[in-house]
Amino acid sequence: MPLLEARPTPSARMRLLAPLIAIGLTLAVGSLLFLSLGKNPVEAFGVFFIQPLSSGNGWSELMVKAGPLILIAQGLAIGFRARIYNIGAEGQLIMGALAGGGVAIAFDGVDAWWVLPLMVIAGAIGGALWGAIPALLRTRFNAQETLTTLMLAYVATFALSYMVNGPWRDPEGMNFPQSIMFGDPALFAPWFEGMRVNAAILIAAVASLAFWIFTSRSFLAYQLTVGGLAPAAARYAGFSANRTVWVSLVLSGLTAGLAGVGEVAGPVGQLNLNISPGYGFAAIIVAYLGRLNAIGIVLAGLLMALLYLGGEAAQVALQLPAAITGLFQGMLLFFLLGADVFVDYRLKPRPRPAYA
Amino acid sequence: MSTPPPPFSGPPDNLPRLELTGITKRYPSVVANDGIHLKVGPGEIHAVLGENGAGKSTLMKIIYGAVQADAGQIQWNGREVVIANPSEARRLGIGMVFQHFSLFETLSVVENIALALDEPFDLKGLAARVKEVSTRYGLPLDPDRLVYSLSVGERQRVEIVRCLLQEPQLLILDEPTSVLTPQAVQKLFETLRRLASEGVSILYISHKLHEIQSLCHSATVMRGGKVTGTATPSRETPASLARMMIGRELPVCEVPAFTGEAAPVLTVRGLSHTPDDPFGTALKDIALEVRRGEILGIAGISGNGQAELLAALSGETTGPANTVVLAGTPVGHLDAGRRRKRGLTFVPEERLGRGAVPPMSLADNATLSAHGHGLVKKGFLRPKAAWEFAKTCIERFDVRCGGPGAAARSLSGGNLQKFIVGREIMQQPIAMVVAQPTWGVDVGAAAFLRQTLIDLSRSGVAILVISEELEELFEICDRIAVLAEGRLSEAVPKQQTNAEKIGMQMSGLFSDTHGTDREPAHAAA
Repeated sequence: MPLLEARPTPSARMRLLAPLIAIGLTLAVGSLLFLSLGKNPVEAFGVFFIQPLSSGNGWSELMVKAGPLILIAQGLAIGFRARIYNIGAEGQLIMGALAGGGVAIAFDGVDAWWVLPLMVIAGAIGGALWGAIPALLRTRFNAQETLTTLMLAYVATFALSYMVNGPWRDPEGMNFPQSIMFGDPALFAPWFEGMRVNAAILIAAVASLAFWIFTSRSFLAYQLTVGGLAPAAARYAGFSANRTVWVSLVLSGLTAGLAGVGEVAGPVGQLNLNISPGYGFAAIIVAYLGRLNAIGIVLAGLLMALLYLGGEAAQVALQLPAAITGLFQGMLLFFLLGADVFVDYRLKPRPRPAYA
Repeated sequence: MSTPPPPFSGPPDNLPRLELTGITKRYPSVVANDGIHLKVGPGEIHAVLGENGAGKSTLMKIIYGAVQADAGQIQWNGREVVIANPSEARRLGIGMVFQHFSLFETLSVVENIALALDEPFDLKGLAARVKEVSTRYGLPLDPDRLVYSLSVGERQRVEIVRCLLQEPQLLILDEPTSVLTPQAVQKLFETLRRLASEGVSILYISHKLHEIQSLCHSATVMRGGKVTGTATPSRETPASLARMMIGRELPVCEVPAFTGEAAPVLTVRGLSHTPDDPFGTALKDIALEVRRGEILGIAGISGNGQAELLAALSGETTGPANTVVLAGTPVGHLDAGRRRKRGLTFVPEERLGRGAVPPMSLADNATLSAHGHGLVKKGFLRPKAAWEFAKTCIERFDVRCGGPGAAARSLSGGNLQKFIVGREIMQQPIAMVVAQPTWGVDVGAAAFLRQTLIDLSRSGVAILVISEELEELFEICDRIAVLAEGRLSEAVPKQQTNAEKIGMQMSGLFSDTHGTDREPAHAAA
């Protein structure tokens, strides 16, 4: 006897409650985890969620981490609404960083205002092109983008590794796999002395606004949503399935590429093998946690950024392993997907005998 | 079809086979069954008559143990029972043939039957039993054939034989004739009569009055979840049964003559298409012509190329430009959106998921196909215009719903169909293609939809209707063609043909090789 039965209409209340339930369960299981490691959960959560936000620098770091997460998730959400699953945003981020970093290296020593904008544009194009490859494979050969985007993420990692070990290696870098440090014209200047927050966060802010307008008002986003909800209806209406694939993958590649430039022209300041702490993958969780909604994604991005910061703080203050961040991310997504089931289903009452 | 029911041969002892008392089932939004009483004797063919949504299917699922009643009692051969699940129902001797078959196309007949058995089996012995039972009841079946190669009628036989193998005392059939030709219906009735004469009770669910009159000994009529009457069908008239079923007189359509010039609008020539789906039907050299002011009907049983022809007409699949011509312009290579811009609108068979996006509001669903009519401006949606469009459609076509903001999936089949038909009409087409216009729609809404289509055609629109319901085609169409095995017959004015002839063509008149269940063509007059 199945435990669940379909609701007559999806529950709007559950849709909003699901992320909160998921956060609650994550905290509960997190407590057990801390207890089993011999830590006081209250203290551990203090380190995890309160301590990072108790200084100006903490807030600055929150923005630095939330920016790329939000930016990438906004792009991914467009595709996810259309059921085009780009799970290789990490690769598109790296290709954007490579393209933007390439511009910075090529114009090293040129002191001009246009270097940074050119990097941004190059990064956007780099990411978009890396997203276009799975689009081509899907529309020409019907190769599932879920696989190709992921595989291309590994290709991108190796491309980065090759460039910083080979052609773009810093000649004076003692053979470390890294490029030269970028000059000031190729960097987003920090807004505050001693903090890393910079204008790149504005890209995420503007993108969030643009995606909000795009998803709520544009006919193209409507077509993408129809394609995701009911492919046969999209065909019936004459909406192009190929265009859905192209727009979804190129757009999400583009935002990931922008995020990549933001990293190399911001906190990282060069090309090396640690450009991204897995932003491209974490953004998948952000997109779903934010209900694929532009505003929800902003909130989810901030929460996920806090998990990153909390994870770092927990390593320092509680001597917990770095894997703790990934654990919390994983639990959050796991519980969210579980709670999401109850949007469309509910528990079935026990079968009662036929006599009342 | 007016064969009187055979004499009731089973010994009508005092013990009914099945007796339901006060069966009630509530769903969150509706009471599907409200205090239902029903009694079936051994060897009795008992009709359960009612419109869609009357609660027939829920009641049958309760008897079959697939759904649990909230209140009420079930007596089986005089003993009170609780039927917790279908396998318990089968143990008691209750078998059910569903309206929609649950067969695996890539498995053979006997493998499919084996999957549904509750006890262990050996395939060879089972195949022999399948053969024996199927011949005994006049349902010839080859146990080793793969299901995908079977016609719909044969698939239904698989389901029936599957039930018969368990030697049921009660057989439930849910709308069994909706997929059969008139000839196949007669064969099915012979089988059912034989079963009844052996003492098997039969619950026969249908909304087709003449079938019930020719087959059933007794009838329970349901409306809105309640029993509104019991009857002996042979002593009633279709009109009196209809009154019980829908609470008023059966509506009739008015078909005025078209006075304008009957110029061709939608022309198809030499359309051949092999679908990507290996189980699809290839279209072979289809030719047809729909003129202004007429309704052309295409009869035939689904699976004979209907889906492929519809997709080729609507533009969901494209082909050579010249195969489909709309008002003199070749459009065969254009997608559905581009054809719609040129004045061809389309009502698909699947309302949810194709004609409408289920979770979206009616206003958003207006934008789906009517976006070219002021609902989108410079790439941006105009929600107010869409809301107004949906509101007008709801008012003009009498769509009962919670307003333009109601989700498409919250509407009943009939009301959603009215909305979709209305939306397509409001785009002022020059030609319209409609698939199964009243499939699953209640009698009142069906009459409204038929009249709407007739009126639209008389305003000068060329309409093509594909339907499995022959009576419907004879009611609304001017000419009728038959699609069988991917070939389309010449369209004939309806006055020059009849259900018998059409039925003959439906079972594959053009075929060179006859399947085992195909009707012999020599009987054609």
